[in-house]
Amino acid sequence: MSELAARPGWDRRQLARYVQNYGVYAAVVVLLAYNALFTRNFVDMGNMRTQLVQVAPVIIVALGMALVIGTEGVDLSVGSVMALAAAVIPLYLGFGLWPAIIMSLLIGLAAGLVNGTLVAVVGLQPIVATLALLVAGRGIALVIAGGQLKQVHNADLIALGTNDVAGLPVVVWIAAVLALLTGLLVRRTTYGRQLVAIGGNRAAAGLAGLPVRRVLIVTYVLCGVLAGLAGVLATARLRASDPSAIGNLMELSAITAVVVGGTPLSGGKVRVLGTVAGALVMQLVRATLIKHDLPDSTAQMVQAVIILVAVYVARERRTR
Amino acid sequence: MSELTVPGAAPGVPVKRELNSERFAGLAQRHGALAVLAVVVIAASLIWPTFSNGDNLAGIAVHSFYPVIIALGMTFVIVSGGIDLSVGSVFALGGVLAAYASQWGPVAAIGLPLAVCAVFGLVQGTIIAKTGMAPFIVTLAGLLGARGLLLAVTTEGSKTYLFPAGDGFVRLAQGKLFGISYPVYAAVLLAVLAAVLLQRTKYGQALFAVGGNEDAAALMGLPVARIKILTYTLCGLLAGLAGVLNAAWTGSGVTIIGVGDELNAIAAVVIGGTLLVGGAGGISGTVCGVLLLGVIQNVINQIGSLTSSVQSVVSGAFLVVVVVAQTYLSKARRLR
Repeated sequence: MSELAARPGWDRRQLARYVQNYGVYAAVVVLLAYNALFTRNFVDMGNMRTQLVQVAPVIIVALGMALVIGTEGVDLSVGSVMALAAAVIPLYLGFGLWPAIIMSLLIGLAAGLVNGTLVAVVGLQPIVATLALLVAGRGIALVIAGGQLKQVHNADLIALGTNDVAGLPVVVWIAAVLALLTGLLVRRTTYGRQLVAIGGNRAAAGLAGLPVRRVLIVTYVLCGVLAGLAGVLATARLRASDPSAIGNLMELSAITAVVVGGTPLSGGKVRVLGTVAGALVMQLVRATLIKHDLPDSTAQMVQAVIILVAVYVARERRTR
Repeated sequence: MSELTVPGAAPGVPVKRELNSERFAGLAQRHGALAVLAVVVIAASLIWPTFSNGDNLAGIAVHSFYPVIIALGMTFVIVSGGIDLSVGSVFALGGVLAAYASQWGPVAAIGLPLAVCAVFGLVQGTIIAKTGMAPFIVTLAGLLGARGLLLAVTTEGSKTYLFPAGDGFVRLAQGKLFGISYPVYAAVLLAVLAAVLLQRTKYGQALFAVGGNEDAAALMGLPVARIKILTYTLCGLLAGLAGVLNAAWTGSGVTIIGVGDELNAIAAVVIGGTLLVGGAGGISGTVCGVLLLGVIQNVINQIGSLTSSVQSVVSGAFLVVVVVAQTYLSKARRLR
């Protein structure tokens, strides 16, 4: 640090780095503090519970998205994959809860395999490769479901969406455990290190002998499976499989959470905790605006500004 | 249909002697969409006699006029190596503003939305060019911002502005010449202008250079930032114009349209042979791409027993096939 201190402009740089690294967590704290002081009935158990239940699926999808963005990719198909997963649930629920969930996750896996193959083997740009499934996936989901919303009556599935374990909803526990596992995956496994290396410089990683294709495919598969799981949980919470509504625009929420959390779109870095915080920030901002009776138009414009500011702040890391 | 395709080969291809196989690959890449369109149209007219009647073709044309105009702007942006996710929202915003301003006469109904949408593109372009932030994320914010602006104008989407009854602009937009609606002619004219702009002007050439290799373009002394800003402004302007024409054609500023139209535009541009990495592409391909998506939808309607959700399955599958084919074709051209 001492040799850095000798350089002019260091204070500003240090500040910028603090903002980059801890800004999103500070935003969560500030938003909570503001609401605790100025918003009636915000920091109580009922409301906090609602906020967490709403944000849990976004976190689950955003974790997969963070991995994909870490490889310098993007997955636009996550919302449609959620719809696909939701569409297959009623088909297999007759065999029990687990077969239905496993089939949904397999659909997510298959979708990820398609995306990953198109990106890693065929060499398509991730935007186009996953755009195709975004367009086609919801269509397939609607065809599977016959274009209809199907109510779900399986008690176990509904319990998944509404029950508590140790005071917190099941979905929140699932999101928390998955965040922990994703963090371990990125930090502590060979796969995680390879992912970061490939995202940083794919050509160099390839020359260094890393299994570039395999890592890319696994990453898109993980993202697909997580989206599939989110589709299952959304169905459980809605008590209905609604392929025309489930997961709509989820790709935007997930990308926003990842980007606000400080993961650069240029790859080579995955911030798992930041992604969770990013999703929380966007959720809290929306809730704050709603609680203060600000209209949806303001909410959308505020979100736009937050995205721009977050990316602008993260951008300086690269010019340092 | 032929009057909607614009002549002129895509430039940006290096001038060098090409082998026959390379030349074929290049041709297939640039004009593949046209060939497929021709095949689909011929096959459809043979299978369903109702497909090729004048009303049906005019129907395809009229449903394609606003997607074509949006996709024209998207072509410029993608050739520059960028992407614009905001066009669907800007399109809706343009329509709403046109209907809103129509109370002050047709000049306002056209002028206000075009000015706002152009400024919207200008702001996005300036942020992208001056800060180096990724176009993907800046225009994603733009998507939200334009929708927010639209909601603010329409008191949270609850108010649908209508053009005054008997408005001259509406009558013009709903009028027909030789059985084809006027907005279709507007789209054709804009496509021709866009093709000229892209292929016959200094700006167009500079755009290919920027899209091909931005650093090289900057070293050559091209005003990269200015070109990018102009491109996003143009894209916003065209999306707004598409909204204005559509609103005049329907007589109202519908608030809920345009969601997902940015993806259709990107799909059409890519199917048309414009490379998403930038530096290569053309207007004629884009027009073919839009028409192809329109024809696919129409054919699915002709079959009748299929639901509209099948259309998105076919479009998505089609997108994959085209892009995979293009990837291999451009590899075939690069490898000697």
